[in-house]
Amino acid sequence: MKELKLMKGNEAIAEAAIRAGADAYFGYPITPQSEVLEYLMAEKPHERTGMVVLQAESEVAAINMVYGGAACGRKVFTSSSSPGISLKQEGISYIAGSELPCLIVNVVRGGPGLGTIQPSQSDYFQATKGGGHGDYRLIVLAPSSVQEMADFVKLGFDLAFKYRNPAMILTDGAIGQMMEKVWLEEQQPRMTEFPEWATTGKKPGKERNIITSLDLDSAMQEKFNLKIQEKYREMEENEVRYETFECDDAEYLLVAYGTSARICQKSVQLAREKGIKVGLLRPQTLFPFPKKKISEMASQVKGILSVEMSAGQMVEDIKLSVEGKVKVGHFGRMGGIIHSAEEIVTALEQKIIGG
Amino acid sequence: MAEQTVNKDIAKEENLVFKKTSVLTDKVMHYCPGCGHGTAHRLIAEVIEEMNIQSECIGITPVGCSVLMYNYLDVDMQEAAHGRAPALATAVKRLMPEKFVFTYQGDGDLAAIGTAETIHAANRGENITIFFINNGIYGMTGGQMAPTTLPNMKSSTSPYGRDVKMMGNPLKMTELVAQLPGTYYVTRQAVHTPKDVRKAKKAIRKAFENQKLERGLSLVEIVSNCNSGWKMTPLQANEWMVENMFPFYPMGDLKVDGEMVK
Amino acid sequence: MAKVKGTIVVDIERCKGCGLCPPACPTNVISLAKEVNAKGFHYAYMANPDECTGCVNCALVCPDAVITVYRKKN
Repeated sequence: MKELKLMKGNEAIAEAAIRAGADAYFGYPITPQSEVLEYLMAEKPHERTGMVVLQAESEVAAINMVYGGAACGRKVFTSSSSPGISLKQEGISYIAGSELPCLIVNVVRGGPGLGTIQPSQSDYFQATKGGGHGDYRLIVLAPSSVQEMADFVKLGFDLAFKYRNPAMILTDGAIGQMMEKVWLEEQQPRMTEFPEWATTGKKPGKERNIITSLDLDSAMQEKFNLKIQEKYREMEENEVRYETFECDDAEYLLVAYGTSARICQKSVQLAREKGIKVGLLRPQTLFPFPKKKISEMASQVKGILSVEMSAGQMVEDIKLSVEGKVKVGHFGRMGGIIHSAEEIVTALEQKIIGG
Repeated sequence: MAEQTVNKDIAKEENLVFKKTSVLTDKVMHYCPGCGHGTAHRLIAEVIEEMNIQSECIGITPVGCSVLMYNYLDVDMQEAAHGRAPALATAVKRLMPEKFVFTYQGDGDLAAIGTAETIHAANRGENITIFFINNGIYGMTGGQMAPTTLPNMKSSTSPYGRDVKMMGNPLKMTELVAQLPGTYYVTRQAVHTPKDVRKAKKAIRKAFENQKLERGLSLVEIVSNCNSGWKMTPLQANEWMVENMFPFYPMGDLKVDGEMVK
Repeated sequence: MAKVKGTIVVDIERCKGCGLCPPACPTNVISLAKEVNAKGFHYAYMANPDECTGCVNCALVCPDAVITVYRKKN
């Protein structure tokens, strides 16, 4: 039975994972996402479902535990925040290079370096362009509510297994910490059968399973790379998700995800009160990116403003989608500051309408 | 090609006393002639065969010379990032406690880049087995100084010998790990003589069997040669190992059944 | 003589001629061949086959598992 609860975004991630039948969580504390591990430890999921929860000695160890668990065909996940996600990049690259499913949650805080513990969206490049070494992509989901924090856990696992590829929930400290009501799915059983590629012990009469990202034969390595690129093209074809708000008659378009998208809804309202016909496009998947929809919107509107809590990262993908058809600008605060709805309208007027 | 001088009257199935275990694949190992990795692989494979646990084993390979161990051992295997094998093994064992889970790691992998993963897996008392091959050098990358390189020992990055004032001391990981309450069996072995091979095999068997007891981690260090890295013939390398490595890394058990050996 | 008890079969093409088995043999049965295998290694063979006791020592130290050992049970 579904259940309605008032929860923090971070707690919703943890509860949704238990209910999605996750097999294991491996993590390391870092603000602003430590509630994920705290909630899991308090909930004793090993008693509820048999799920394994372990506090690792570092983010590096945690992601490599995820690697080992994923290689057994299990539903495993980890969470961290920006500096910790940087540490995890080696493991993420190996997981992508070994074609394993898993879920990684990044509750983004401002950087670079130790930066700040306040929310930011400055890890967009890292999340959507690969992050670690090599030509790979993550499936990147961007929730903008506590409800989506919960919903995207199951979606993330499903997509990760469908494509044998790591999925990331890219959220931020604001959504991680805020409390909202959330409908939780009923408990799903944990898997009892595992994919045929999983290293669960060599079956008699069958070939052994080897999980590796190594191939010293360059021709084979190129073939592998072409194969995973094909997988990313399939994701772009089939898995793009977004929402539009007041777009039907829009003459200008805001593009924003996560926390920024919530604020932009207010900005749309304020702008329309001033007589400016503005719409909002909110990507729910940052990879695959809603290129086609943005390209279509570029034929309708006079200008597009990307609103992100960063120096302008997603704006590059918007520009690539628009291909110069209309003016594209960026507005965003940095260092842990969340922009106001009014600031966004002013930026739209100055950078796109007046500029 | 010289004729094999096999005595055909004796070479009959009923007289067979030793053949390559079927848990080793037929692939020719890429190791240099005389390298101890091959013997260590074989012993692990023989124990897996004798314990009849081939279908219950998951092995984790390191980065280094033995990165391709999964080509030679016919069990399910995962290839870890450099030093991270104990982290992978932790997850595998926690998710499948009934399976036999082992890592196989060189000295660079286990004692340098993977120090944290090794120490913490040991300290948590993970019920896994770690095989630690110590030849005092980075073999795969061409003979650079390892954390275990002896004082004054030459390598491509300590060409005038390891100056401990400048380059630090060799790390005795096995002694360190033996101190941790999470370890149940810690031993140091070698595989260069028939007698040592027999002893090492017993240790490997014990280390696997300990997993059934669920009393903590077992670590078997095998002090081995790197004749290419040391720039010696295989026989010279083994002699050098006995004369130089063994005094610093003494053979024998450090901890048995959870108790330190006096 | 006439105490022939054992014999070994070397997988010549897999032998790397590392030379670890001759000194492991207590009865000096094994030598490295003057000839080489397809990979250019001087493979191991029984130079004194009559002395082999089938003790298995050579196979124990062989890093490439190329030696099969037979021993006649009295």
